[in-house]
Amino acid sequence: MSQHGVNTSRRTFLIGATTGVAVVGVGAAAVPFVQSWQPSARAENAGAPVKVDVSQLSPGERVTANWRGRPVWVLRRTDAMLNSLDQVRDQLRDPESDEDQQPEYARNQYRAIKSEYLVVIGICTHLGCSPSYVPDGSSNLEYSGFFCPCHNSKFDIAGRVYQGVPAPTNLVVPPHSYLSDDVVIIGSEEGETTA
Amino acid sequence: MTRLIDWVDARLPVVEAFRKHMSQYYAPRNFNFWYIFGVLAIVVLVNQLLTGVWLTMFYSPTDAFESVQYIMRDVQFGWLIRYMHAVGASAFFLVVYLHMFRGLLYGSYKPPRELVWIFGMLIYVALMAEGFLGYVLPWGNMSYWGAQVIISLVGAVPYELIPFISAAESKEIGEALVTWVRGDYLLSEATVNKFFALHVVAIPIVLLALVVLHILALHEVGSNNPDGVDIKKNKDENGIPKDGIPFHPYYTVKDTVGVVIFLMLFAVVVFFFPDGGGYLIEKPNFGPADPLATPDHIAPVWYYGPYYAMLRATTFDIFMSAKAWGVIIMGGAILILFLLPWLDRNPVKSIRYKGWLSKVALMLLAADFLMLGWLGTQPGSELRKFMAQLGTFYYFGFFLVVLPFAHRFEKSKPVPERVTGGH
Repeated sequence: MSQHGVNTSRRTFLIGATTGVAVVGVGAAAVPFVQSWQPSARAENAGAPVKVDVSQLSPGERVTANWRGRPVWVLRRTDAMLNSLDQVRDQLRDPESDEDQQPEYARNQYRAIKSEYLVVIGICTHLGCSPSYVPDGSSNLEYSGFFCPCHNSKFDIAGRVYQGVPAPTNLVVPPHSYLSDDVVIIGSEEGETTA
Repeated sequence: MTRLIDWVDARLPVVEAFRKHMSQYYAPRNFNFWYIFGVLAIVVLVNQLLTGVWLTMFYSPTDAFESVQYIMRDVQFGWLIRYMHAVGASAFFLVVYLHMFRGLLYGSYKPPRELVWIFGMLIYVALMAEGFLGYVLPWGNMSYWGAQVIISLVGAVPYELIPFISAAESKEIGEALVTWVRGDYLLSEATVNKFFALHVVAIPIVLLALVVLHILALHEVGSNNPDGVDIKKNKDENGIPKDGIPFHPYYTVKDTVGVVIFLMLFAVVVFFFPDGGGYLIEKPNFGPADPLATPDHIAPVWYYGPYYAMLRATTFDIFMSAKAWGVIIMGGAILILFLLPWLDRNPVKSIRYKGWLSKVALMLLAADFLMLGWLGTQPGSELRKFMAQLGTFYYFGFFLVVLPFAHRFEKSKPVPERVTGGH
C-alpha cells in the first residue's frame, strides 16, 4: 500500500485515542471481576464488629464474644491482677510486646486501651487450643493468668506468654475501640483507642 | 474414507498438519531413555483431565469434605477415579521434573530453543498453581492449614520495595490481598468455591494453551538430542536431516513401550500405595478441616518440598524481615529457572562433552534438589535448617556461578559432527 495521502499524525492520534479508550474500558470491565473476590455481604456480615457492654462486668469477670468465628475474651481485671503484671515480668518471653501481636494502641504493659479491661483472642498461639482462665493462680500458675491444657502453655493476665512453654508469642489482641465508656467494639477502630 | 479426508482437507489442512507434526517431523535418531518424559507428561495430562472431569460430577465445593467421602465410599469406582487423580498429580510432577532434568543434561534450553524452555517453565508454574488449588479442594485438615500457610505468603511479600509504600502500608496491602484471595476474613467455603473454579476451569485452559505453544515452538526449531548436535546442519538431497527419522511411526511406536511401562508402575501405586505412605496424600487430610486444631507438623506435598525448604531456611533479618526474604528466595528459586538459556554460557550443549566440573556440579544439583525436597517435608531442627541453608546456597550458586563460568575452568571434549548411537 502506498503511503500517499496518509495523515500520519492523525493516524497516531486515532490509534492512541482508541487504545486509551480500550484500556479504560478493559479496566472498568475488570472491576466487577476483581471486586467479586472480596468477602461477600454475607461474609462481611458474619465478620462484622461485635459490641460488648463492659459496664455489666464485675472485677475479675470474663465474658467471651464471638468475632469472625474466634472467641474473644473481655476481662475486667482487679487491682491485684494488674499488680501481678510487674511481678511476672522476668519470667516472660516478650514482656514489652515487641512482636506484632497487638495493635499499636495496645502495645503497653497492660496490652489494653484501658488498663482495667483486657480484650484478647482466646486462642493459644501454639496450636490453636483455647486456654482456660485462672483468676487466682493455681498449681500451674503462681499468679492469675491463662493456662492452655493442651500443651501446658502459660500466659499472664495480659496474655503475655511465659518463657519455657511451647507457645511462641503473646496472645493476639484484636483491633478494638471504645464507642463510649461502657461499650467496647471488637473488630473496629471507629471509637476511641486511647484511654 | 479417502474422499472424506480430501473433502475435509480442502477446507482444513489436516493432512498438512499431520505431516508437519507427525509423519514428516524429523526427530533425531539417537533419543534415549530421557526422551520419554515429554510424552508421559501428555499421558498424565490426559489422565488428569479425564479423571478430573469425572470427579467434578460428584464433588461439591459447598460440601467439600463430605462429598469427597461420598466419592470414596458411595460412588461406583469413585475411589479409583480419585486415586488416579491424586496419584496422577504426583506423577505429573515426577515426569515434569525428570523432563526438566533432561533439559539440563543435554542443554535443551539453549538457542534456538529458549522459547520452548520458557513455555515449559510457564507450564511448570501453572502446574504448581493447579496442584496447590487441587490440594485444597478435599478440605481436609492439611488442605486447610496448607492453604493457610501458602495464602499468608501473599501477605508476606515485601510491598515496601515499591516506591512510596511504607512498611506499615505494605502490611496493610498484604492483609487486604490475603482477604481478597480468601474472599472472607478466614479460610472458608468462599475460598473453596473460588479455588474449585480456578482448578477445574481457569488454570486447565491456560495449561492446555501453554502445552500447545510448547509443542508448536518445539516443532518449529526441532528437537535437541543427547549429543546436543544440530541435525539440521546435515541434510540429504531432499532437505531431510540425515540423522532424523519421522516421528511417526518410529517414535510413536517406541514411545508406546515407554507409556505401557509407565502405566504399569502407575497402576501399582494407584492400587497398592495410593496415599504414598503419607507423601502423596498426607495423613491429616483424612480428617476434615478444623480451624482450631493445627496439625503438629504442616508439610507441603513432596513436589513443593525444595521451595518450602528454602522458605524455611531463610532466617536472616537484613533490611527486611526473614519472612519477606523467604518469599523472595522462594520466588527467586523458581524465576531463576526462566533465565537458564541466558545463564548458561557454556558453548557445549550436552553433558556428554562438557568437562568434569560441569558434570559433577550438575549431579550435585540433582542431589541438592532431592535433599531440599526431603527437608521441606520434614519437621524443622537446627541441623536440618543448616542443611537447607547449605542446599539453598548451592542451588543459587549453581545457576549464578557454575552455569555461566564453569566452562572456563574445565576442558570440554570435542563435539562430533553427527549424532552418535541410535539406529
